[in-house]
Amino acid sequence: MKAKGMVFKYGDNVDTDVIIPARYLNDSRPEALASHCMEDIDADFPKRVKAGDIIVANKNFGCGSSREHAPIAIKASGISCVIAETFARIFYRNAINIGLPILECPQAAKAINAGDEVEIDFTAGRIKNNKTGETYEAAPFPTFMQELMAAGGLVERTKRKLA
Amino acid sequence: MGMTMTQKILAAHAGLESVTAGQLIEAKLDLVLGNDVTTPVAIKEFAKIGVDKVFDKSKVAIVPDHFTPNKDILSAEHCKQVREFAHKYEIENYFEVGEMGIEHCLIPEKGLAVPGDAIIGADSHTCTYGALGAFSTGVGSTDMACAMAVGETWFKVPPALKFELVGKPAKWVSGKDIILHIIGKIGVDGALYKSMEYTGEGLKYLSMDDRFCIANMAIEAGAKNGIFPVDEKTREYVKAHASRPGVEYTADADAEYEETYVIDLAALRPTVAFPHLPDNTRTIDDVGKVKLDQVVIGSCTNGRIEDMRVAADILRGKRVAKGVRVLIFPGTQNISLQMIEEGLMTDFIAAGCVVSPATCGPCLGGHMGILAKGERALATTNRNFVGRMGSPEAEVYLSSPAVAAASALTGWITDPEKI
Repeated sequence: MKAKGMVFKYGDNVDTDVIIPARYLNDSRPEALASHCMEDIDADFPKRVKAGDIIVANKNFGCGSSREHAPIAIKASGISCVIAETFARIFYRNAINIGLPILECPQAAKAINAGDEVEIDFTAGRIKNNKTGETYEAAPFPTFMQELMAAGGLVERTKRKLA
Repeated sequence: MGMTMTQKILAAHAGLESVTAGQLIEAKLDLVLGNDVTTPVAIKEFAKIGVDKVFDKSKVAIVPDHFTPNKDILSAEHCKQVREFAHKYEIENYFEVGEMGIEHCLIPEKGLAVPGDAIIGADSHTCTYGALGAFSTGVGSTDMACAMAVGETWFKVPPALKFELVGKPAKWVSGKDIILHIIGKIGVDGALYKSMEYTGEGLKYLSMDDRFCIANMAIEAGAKNGIFPVDEKTREYVKAHASRPGVEYTADADAEYEETYVIDLAALRPTVAFPHLPDNTRTIDDVGKVKLDQVVIGSCTNGRIEDMRVAADILRGKRVAKGVRVLIFPGTQNISLQMIEEGLMTDFIAAGCVVSPATCGPCLGGHMGILAKGERALATTNRNFVGRMGSPEAEVYLSSPAVAAASALTGWITDPEKI
């Protein structure tokens, strides 16, 4: 699996209230959530984001509320992957459960800038910045998480378990 | 190697002799919780699993508290979905408007969380029940859906940080000041993926309401859970509210902690978190002049009876400052009733506050007290992120009920000692 896209870059502690403000949680349709994604810290994001684009952020991405609406909004925006130095634990769990690709890679998170074009080879865990030519290795997922993703997320895994 | 309190509870629920930090386990659950924002998404995922019942009708709790009483048509539709789901699957612990409360105030009050339980909830502040010596943590809607179907979930066993509390806190230092101090010290990701385990002789000075407040904000340090040992106060609380005593676990003497912090409660001062992160803290002595438009007292963090008493004691017989809107949010219907019986309701209304039914309301910018651009609020809630209480150009400061009540009287962030 591969991804290629333009980078939206954010800093530390991007919380789920800015990813999708609570005032929009009265509508849980993915496309409705996507139309307000990130708007409190980046008003143009919903207009500018294109399918395949990539979010790169620093530490503790997705902290705060457990709202699954946050990874849903990002996924429905067309974002192909979120790369961060670290993720908050509920966001990490939710992203894996719903199938939003995420990668932990401090080096890439620090070096990649807004507007860079980045290519990701998920199988190899390799991130390439096409603008600078630099490549980075993302931390591999634990086997359990890989199996969970390979099964198609938590719902599919639960179905198999019950079958 | 010994186990921490959290690790022991997880081992017991996974049917294992012992577990170590980093181990992936599947654990049986004593309670699966959701609210009106997260349950609609869970219902959709639950339908995909294809089961015709929940794992245990008595072990699922649904509390519509965020946008209730329904704030608009879309929220009403969500609540209707949740109500129909609860009815169809005969969920025993579904709490309708009139009997509900803010979920993390209500669940312990209803006796649904007891020592030694393993609990997940599709709400990040589910970590509150650690105050009772339970393992409880926040998850997303898909986790809630799958747990409702099978009654178990996967966890990565967390490593732990130990917080040894020593000394006696001064008059105006509450559980809120202790947790704000700790978050200010370790940062909003200082306990990422870890347990925050409390211990020490200072615990005896902390009421159950202090402990609920401290456990509640473990998530604000990035923690998986916060947990307190069980003592006489816990047992008394459980006896008064629950029909089962639970199981008491204690950490092994040789349990491993990544770090031990000794917190001298006697040295702490009332503490305020400035915008826009809970770790941006200052003591009341370093606050300076911060003028307020709104004061909010309540929420799952500080909406319990002791919080109401402290605030009412300060406001009784006085008037809130002109130009400041003061909103009181008790956590449950029972707490509201108790406030009436103790005369606190009269104290608040006579002082010029408005008292709300139990709802998450303005804490998350839902309704009942949204801020306009450029406005500033002091709140006893848990988060002060950009846009949290309304406009992304508003500011939220976090404090204890005592500081909030004192500030309501002056219109500036104020040390209760100076009232």
